[in-house]
Amino acid sequence: MSDLHTLGVAQLSALLQNKDIGAVELATRMLARLGGNPHNAFLSVDSEVTLAQAKAADARIATGDTSPLLGVPIAHKDIFVTADFPTTAGSRILEGYRSPFNATVVQRMGEAGMVTLGKLSCDEFAMGSANENVAVPSAKPQAVTNPWDVSRIPGGSSGGSAAAVAACLTPAATGTDTGGSIRQPAAFCGITGIKPTYGRASRYGMVAFASSLDQAGPMARNAEDCALLLSAMCSPDLDRDSTSLDVKAEDFSRDLNKPLKGLRVGVPHEFFADGLASDVRGPINTALENLKSQGATLVSIALPRTSLSIPVYYIIAPAEASSNLSRFDGVKFGHRAKDFTDLADMYEKTRTEGFGDEVKRRIMIGSYVLSHGYYDAYYLQAQKIRRMIADDFQEAFKQCDVIAGPVAPTVAWKLGDKSDDPLANYLADIFTLPASLAGLPGMSIPVGFGEGHMPVGMQLIGNYLQEAKLLNVAHQFQLATEFHLKTPGGAA
Amino acid sequence: MSALLVHGYEVVIGFETHAQLSTQSKIFSRASTAFGAEPNTQACAVDLALPGTLPVMNKGAVERAIQLGLALGSHIAERSIFARKNYFYPDLPKGYQISQFEIPVVQGGVVSFFMEEGKATVHKTVRLVRAHLEEDAGKSLHEDFIAQTGIDLNRAGTPLLEIVTEPDMRSSAEAVAYAKELHKIVTWIGICDGNMQEGSFRCDANVSVRKPGAPLGTRREIKNLNSFKFMQQAIDYEVRWQIEQIEDGHAIQQATVLFNPDTGETRAMRTKEDAADYRYFPDPDLPPLVIGRDWVERVRSEMAELPRVMAERFVTQYGLPEYDATQLTQSKAMAAYFEATAKACGQAKLASNWIMGDVSRRLNSGEVAFETLPVSAAQLAALIGRINDNTISNNAARQVFDALWSEGGANVDDATADATRVDAIIDAKGLKQMNDSGELEKIIDEVLAANPKNVEEFKAGNAKALNGLVGPIMKASKGKANPAQVNELLLKKLG
Amino acid sequence: MSLTPADIQRLALLSRLSFDTPASQRLLEGLNNFFAIVEEMRKVDTSGVVPMAHPIDAMPYLADHAPSAPEGMALRLRDDVVSEDNQRETNQRSAPAVERGLFLVPKVIE
Repeated sequence: MSDLHTLGVAQLSALLQNKDIGAVELATRMLARLGGNPHNAFLSVDSEVTLAQAKAADARIATGDTSPLLGVPIAHKDIFVTADFPTTAGSRILEGYRSPFNATVVQRMGEAGMVTLGKLSCDEFAMGSANENVAVPSAKPQAVTNPWDVSRIPGGSSGGSAAAVAACLTPAATGTDTGGSIRQPAAFCGITGIKPTYGRASRYGMVAFASSLDQAGPMARNAEDCALLLSAMCSPDLDRDSTSLDVKAEDFSRDLNKPLKGLRVGVPHEFFADGLASDVRGPINTALENLKSQGATLVSIALPRTSLSIPVYYIIAPAEASSNLSRFDGVKFGHRAKDFTDLADMYEKTRTEGFGDEVKRRIMIGSYVLSHGYYDAYYLQAQKIRRMIADDFQEAFKQCDVIAGPVAPTVAWKLGDKSDDPLANYLADIFTLPASLAGLPGMSIPVGFGEGHMPVGMQLIGNYLQEAKLLNVAHQFQLATEFHLKTPGGAA
Repeated sequence: MSALLVHGYEVVIGFETHAQLSTQSKIFSRASTAFGAEPNTQACAVDLALPGTLPVMNKGAVERAIQLGLALGSHIAERSIFARKNYFYPDLPKGYQISQFEIPVVQGGVVSFFMEEGKATVHKTVRLVRAHLEEDAGKSLHEDFIAQTGIDLNRAGTPLLEIVTEPDMRSSAEAVAYAKELHKIVTWIGICDGNMQEGSFRCDANVSVRKPGAPLGTRREIKNLNSFKFMQQAIDYEVRWQIEQIEDGHAIQQATVLFNPDTGETRAMRTKEDAADYRYFPDPDLPPLVIGRDWVERVRSEMAELPRVMAERFVTQYGLPEYDATQLTQSKAMAAYFEATAKACGQAKLASNWIMGDVSRRLNSGEVAFETLPVSAAQLAALIGRINDNTISNNAARQVFDALWSEGGANVDDATADATRVDAIIDAKGLKQMNDSGELEKIIDEVLAANPKNVEEFKAGNAKALNGLVGPIMKASKGKANPAQVNELLLKKLG
Repeated sequence: MSLTPADIQRLALLSRLSFDTPASQRLLEGLNNFFAIVEEMRKVDTSGVVPMAHPIDAMPYLADHAPSAPEGMALRLRDDVVSEDNQRETNQRSAPAVERGLFLVPKVIE
């Protein structure tokens, strides 16, 4: 079993249930691969904690517990608070922070018997599209590298999660998606990831970036795995999260094997305009043809306000973030400046030292658009267009069952290429932002390779609560293709 | 209505009152709201704004908002929104307060009350703009540390109703009367414990002055007035200060001021620059609060009779003057005590007199509350009965009352036993009035004979001369003569 | 709508952040570039459109799941029960400065 690390969640579960391997042995093997922190994917590990969890999983298996995730390793984006590992959210301001409680998502995966390998790197407070904004460890923060080409970014903000799965450091990872932060790194790293409908997964214990957009989701090697993970992740958290949807917990694997005959796939022409690189366009079109060959119909649809989603998102998200980040003031937890003259100075120094440039930039934008006198022109206007974008999707869904298109206009770019140009980063989010604003579920699946043999991902967007359908389409595509089975050369 | 001017200026006052709601747990977390705990032992993760925490709304806080709205005749919004008020302060853990901005839960309403203005009793109505739900901040302890402040977040997250009035008040006395009435209402309906020393009921007064007919002056806000006495003092000082400033040619700058009870002065706080830009926006962690009409009706049906309604009922049902009715409905306990007494003895006005007089005097000394009075309503009713049937005089009744009070141990379950206690004391102290007119006439005749001068003076037209005769008569009767009867007989005899 | 250095100063104060002159200048340029894009958004005619503060607003199907809130999801209300006990030590373990259970900050002058 020398290729254990390349196996997916379902496959590992089968081995564990069959007692071909024990959870402790599996965890030990995975931990061994983390030496040297390949791709700078991890921010913290603790083998004692991991092995204790593995031991508990083995005990459950021994009693005949057949839960599908029991004993399978997972790693959590450092946006989720954990009682047993530090949580930094990628920021100096939380360096060394130990949460007294676990995020609900972490708790659910733990209850399912998964074994935590550690916490994964991410852009600071989930703000970024390249994982270059990670600011910890403060002595020497390291950008995460793309396992397919270490001179390139893995995507963000769940870059550590995507890289870890792609490099076979973990079969599963949690990520969060506010404007595309699961879908885009999944696409750039050639793995599968899904952002469920807003409100499906509990936000309790997710360090908040933009409350009306943040959503947790699984990242793994294939749709089948994502379905298993999503089912464990997504039960209502009515007692702790007021935005958690009160809907019955679902088995998201139930429709995986439905044939695609009769499926109407909407293709938004705005997603295929000039901005889309030809090396991305090619694999996407081929993938669409594949769906067609399986019995789906392609329908041309319009999402006319696609480009407006950029200013709308970059008004709303920073506005909410500027408020959410006010609690980082050096009073109750986290970093506090060493030298200061008075309270005002303490606040200023603490936050200026503790936050990175992109975070500060977004806080400033947020404060501006919420300012007295500007609220109507910016924030309110953005929320109105947001509704129009959501309505556009509903119009589109009258003609189709799922929407398909690119995740990003290009493949992963080189480290440092866009780090001085925040605006360029924002513009590259154009295809993922609309679904975020509307709160719709969205997936990314690998569909080929582009320039530099970098992975290309295709996005699938469904109507509210339609995750099972998205996973079905993805699974059927993956049964007919092999892109999801490819691993980067450097993954051995 | 003639305006009450101060040095020719009209005073304009509006109030914002923060009433802590009497829920067990906090508005957005499940920590306790009990007063007096060790620092930060009632501040859970949500209260501390630890990363990843989220608010979950307390039904009890909403129910109390509905109760207040019903008590004040307000409109209760079917749909109201929570908003974030953003500012930095160490006792505000999230760096924002969850409050309500554009669409509050309670809208409009009035508080009406009586007050003395000069020699007249005037009816006042203060209109409410709104009342909204929000969370309290923590506490800063400045005195305990050198060059540092200690922050206790136990109070952070306690539910508040912020009750805002129109600037309808025109004097410090009116403002205090308003505050007292509002205090009575919130404690009466049970939504707030009203303990001002513990900070359960805090008032901010917005004060400005203007020449009559002129537009509204710039107002200054006096924060955190938590005693009625200081409220009046503070407003009076602020008014005088503002007038002096204007007379000296200075414009009033908008400011937040604190009252110093030791010096009796108001002083502007250090200006919080940009404090005004709170960047309100709807809180994305909380969907809209929906209150269905069914809920409102259920709360309405469960609410006790409100003090103003009860006072009106006392006027019509018991024939009491408005003043009495208002006094007796100061608290539910007092009103209940009155009704029990009045019903038992059938003498509502006498009951009212005794309660507002002798009973209240003893209560104001602070040792007991209505719930634990040593003299039960049944006992007081029995006592009043004995006055009414001429068994004892008023003076004698006071002695009986004193005896009952110091005995204590009123047997509230056995009304009959209580009544016989009254008679027992009357007998023991020999307080029965002399009602036998024959014996009384004998005494009167003796006194008249012994005081010819007074008789002469009275017959000559000096009515006061009668007093010189009453005294000796009462003495000779060992205080048992019925004064009314004495007067009657005297006048008869003297023609 | 172009921002000025005074705006940067005001916003920095509101946000409790400070920028040195070069950083402030860079920020100003960056923000103005950003807001140039935003101007496109401001031109859109949104008369009559109800702002969407929350994706939950746009989920009409939820009326089937939560019939008591036909306009969209309503705020859930929990019973008024105390269920958080004293966890002061654990909750304060990441605190920068604590004494006698109190969080310490530089003296606040009012």
